[in-house]
Amino acid sequence: MTEIGVEPSLSPLPPLSPSEMGTPPVLSVRDLVKEFPIRAGVFRRQVGSVKALSGVTLDVFENETLGVVGESGCGKSTLGRSILRLVEPTAGTVMFGDQDVTLASRRELRHLRGKMQMVFQDPYASLNPRLPVGDTVSEPMRIHGVGKKEAAERSGDLLERVGLLAEHGNRYPHEFSGGQRQRIGIARALSLRPKLIILDEPVSALDVSIQAQVLNLLQELQQEFDLSYMFIAHDLSVVRYTSDRVAVMYLGSVAEIADSDVLYESPAHPYTHSLLSAVPIADPRRERTRERILLQGDVPSPANPPSGCTFHPRCPLAADRCRTETPQLVEIAPRHQVACHFPLGPGESLMERVAGL
Amino acid sequence: MTNNSEPLISVKDLSVAFRTPDGLVRAVIDATFDIHPGEVLAVVGESGSGKSVTALALMRLHPKNAEITGSVMFNGHDLLTASEDEMRAIRGRDIAMIFQDPMTAMNPVFSVGSQIVEVIRLHRNVNKKQAWERAVDLLQMVGVPDPKARASQYPHEYSGGMRQRAMIAMAIANDPRLLIADEPTTALDVTVQAQVMEVLHDVQQATGSAMMLITHDLGVVAGSADRVQVMYASRVMESGSVDEIFYETSNPYTSALLDSIPDIEGSRELLQPIPGNPPSLLNPPSGCAFRPRCAHATQECGDSVPQMVDVSPAHMSRCHRVDELYRLAEVSS
Repeated sequence: MTEIGVEPSLSPLPPLSPSEMGTPPVLSVRDLVKEFPIRAGVFRRQVGSVKALSGVTLDVFENETLGVVGESGCGKSTLGRSILRLVEPTAGTVMFGDQDVTLASRRELRHLRGKMQMVFQDPYASLNPRLPVGDTVSEPMRIHGVGKKEAAERSGDLLERVGLLAEHGNRYPHEFSGGQRQRIGIARALSLRPKLIILDEPVSALDVSIQAQVLNLLQELQQEFDLSYMFIAHDLSVVRYTSDRVAVMYLGSVAEIADSDVLYESPAHPYTHSLLSAVPIADPRRERTRERILLQGDVPSPANPPSGCTFHPRCPLAADRCRTETPQLVEIAPRHQVACHFPLGPGESLMERVAGL
Repeated sequence: MTNNSEPLISVKDLSVAFRTPDGLVRAVIDATFDIHPGEVLAVVGESGSGKSVTALALMRLHPKNAEITGSVMFNGHDLLTASEDEMRAIRGRDIAMIFQDPMTAMNPVFSVGSQIVEVIRLHRNVNKKQAWERAVDLLQMVGVPDPKARASQYPHEYSGGMRQRAMIAMAIANDPRLLIADEPTTALDVTVQAQVMEVLHDVQQATGSAMMLITHDLGVVAGSADRVQVMYASRVMESGSVDEIFYETSNPYTSALLDSIPDIEGSRELLQPIPGNPPSLLNPPSGCAFRPRCAHATQECGDSVPQMVDVSPAHMSRCHRVDELYRLAEVSS
């Protein structure tokens, strides 16, 4: 198998822009689609489909953290799972280095999954309750041909690296707290020295005091092991803290993607803007003086998405064009892409735009 | 804000303990606080800190194996010694509760409207038709679109945000004087959370009721509370106005909690996590329960449990070192 980081020999689509970073991306997702069938009746006949992902395009570069945020049902978890082919994507390509994950055979896939790992949200459900945690951490190494003794040693080292003791390897998951279990999940993900870890809501089941411990650990490990992260979360403050770039998803597609500071300080998509204005800030004075755009209604069902721009029924800027024509993700500034017919300019406030309509 | 008025509810030395096969779990220890008319008291803490048990004890909805001591004075009665009939009259009329998960809090086989009608007719002498009209008005008030048609629908036909609005409509059906909201927006997406908090604020303004808001989210606290009570390992650690808690923090746990949350407008400097884990309630540490995780702990902290002391009028903290850590600092600055 070739080493990761070599020039891709075959790229399904040209890179999004020449202004992107000089190095080729670690992960390159193009037009990824995932449809889940809706079945009904005695014969479970397919009566429709839910488009969980409707053409997602994004890159993750070396050593960076790409945050993926959105509300429930936006497809962010399906995106993570489709990249690892834990669910089979319906269409599109996922390039990991120079290899197309979507075309990989079972054997190739097993090898690829050593290089791309996942940490799950629920530390209670994602560890085998009957396996001592040391075995949980060493099992991936055993599968990939590491000797028993070496695997056990490395498993002890990894447990220590994530803040536990090597002796903890003999204990079972129920003997650990939620935060400790999440550390074990991280040690398992690290065991094969991956290049990329997909973190699916890694701290949302944890109390805030424990959350900070795990976030700091993830940041240290990224430096130490040269990792790239895809950090999937619904908590916008956590994503800002962890991510270099952020992709905002809405109903199965990317609404906006930009460097973290740009996205948070000068969002171009009305959805990003409203999402940020809805986040409560732990500062009473700022809360009292904030202007808030309150979106109407709920996120629509992905089984029956609105026409045109899927955000138009809730968008304060929606015009006729938005009801009929789906906006494409286009670059409005270097490293800043947005899928909106009427994006906000740098520093322009959604409130002002609405007032001017 | 309304501290000169008579308190609506006055809780004194409330303790709740559970006998379990593993031993006695003291879930709430000596909680003492008042809620004044029209005021929003936020009770904040991590899981297992005792905030939900406190609320359930006020309503006497705690599990059967709980042992409760102390007093909860409401309207001249001690709710802890009131008869079950008296409590039934008070619940839903004077004090109403909003739960985190409206899907489990509502009955799936009755329409939303008929469930609100039931709450109204339990406490008021009105006929079904009048009660139905009131139910539709209430749904309108909490922002359920097309309330006439929606009243006939069942809980599963509502989205999460709409169900929580319907829950609020049910809670305010009899103009209660106290609303207890237990993590009312935790299950909701952030844009819907903003809508529901707005609705709660509006109905509270419109009905003049007080609210006890139980949450783990310091952002929600900052946006809606008048006063705040911080709980840790079954005890109240600090209580004060929302500004005092956030800007004149006088307890090491509160300040550690505030330092451990990432700020959406903030930098990417390393967060200051609280080391270790919350203590087991079966086997709590001696002295101050926060001692093993506290950066300021001394010998004294292990010897005895600190008392709540005044930092300033209406601002109290439970810390042995409150004088040297906070009060002296204020004088010298």
